[in-house]
Amino acid sequence: MNWILVFISGLITYFLRYSMVSLIKKDMLSERTRSLLGYVPSAVFPALIFPAVFLDNQGFLVQYYDPKVIAISIAFLIGIITKNLIITILSGLISFWTILFLL
Amino acid sequence: MKNSKVFTKGVLEVLPLLIPVAPFGIIIGVIGIELGFSPLMVYATSLIVFSGSAQIVFFQLISGGASPFVTLTSVGVTNSRHLLYGAVLSEHLEGLSSAWKIFLSYFLVDQSFALSNRFFKENRSLKNKHYYLFGSGFTLWVTWQISSLIGIFLGSIVPQELGLSFAIPVTFLSLLVHEFRKFDHLLVIFISGLLAILFYEIPFKAYIIVASLVALLVALIITNIKFKKK
Repeated sequence: MNWILVFISGLITYFLRYSMVSLIKKDMLSERTRSLLGYVPSAVFPALIFPAVFLDNQGFLVQYYDPKVIAISIAFLIGIITKNLIITILSGLISFWTILFLL
Repeated sequence: MKNSKVFTKGVLEVLPLLIPVAPFGIIIGVIGIELGFSPLMVYATSLIVFSGSAQIVFFQLISGGASPFVTLTSVGVTNSRHLLYGAVLSEHLEGLSSAWKIFLSYFLVDQSFALSNRFFKENRSLKNKHYYLFGSGFTLWVTWQISSLIGIFLGSIVPQELGLSFAIPVTFLSLLVHEFRKFDHLLVIFISGLLAILFYEIPFKAYIIVASLVALLVALIITNIKFKKK
């Protein structure tokens, strides 16, 4: 079953890519639609980020001083300041491991 | 310019962009293994899907027991941003044969799109400009395959206590780094995140879709307000 899903996911992704080369022409997407699609990452990614940080394995809210919460907050602040992808990832992981193993 | 020269230009100019791509590929490999997938299947996603965010969504939902429909819809929603590029690239690639279009589409990821878009605009009259997309996309592809293989290897030796799965939210956070200073985006980000937590327990792991769609609805309202002002 999972193998079938891998192939279908690949097809969906490929089709979305192919459509941008061949099917969709400039005037098919209104400026409004393009503006809306620009929000897709901001609408999708937090749905993956928040539960992974603020919920534990049983689906309960973690404490505000949980290492994950502190580390993601630091990464968020560093992200605002630097606007740099790599520095943001590193700051999050390093602060997470620092809290986990050193404190 | 010769075909090979345009290809090489694509290869060289994508090199700096590999710095975030390679670690992300490694993380994908590690996460897939940590979430209990076989090395072969983890690698198959890098080969067949070849899209970091979609691969993570896939691993997370399947391992969490999501239904096939929810998994596939979430993959589709995650990658729907690709539609955005259509308006820009298709006009430059219109003259190509169908075979080229089918072939090149596989290599069209965020980074190769961003670079090619710039190159195509600056070299409108160049006949073989698609070799640039081929060069940059192919380099990204090779990097992705190698780095995810390294991750798959590391995933089987890195101890669970390291909590490497925390790399998932951090990586996604970093992908939004350019939106942090925009109030409208922050609003969409927090609405999506809070709804995902609120709806976490609804059946079939549908929380990603529910949260994304409601947040997109808010984005639609924001867009409409913006366009009314113009």
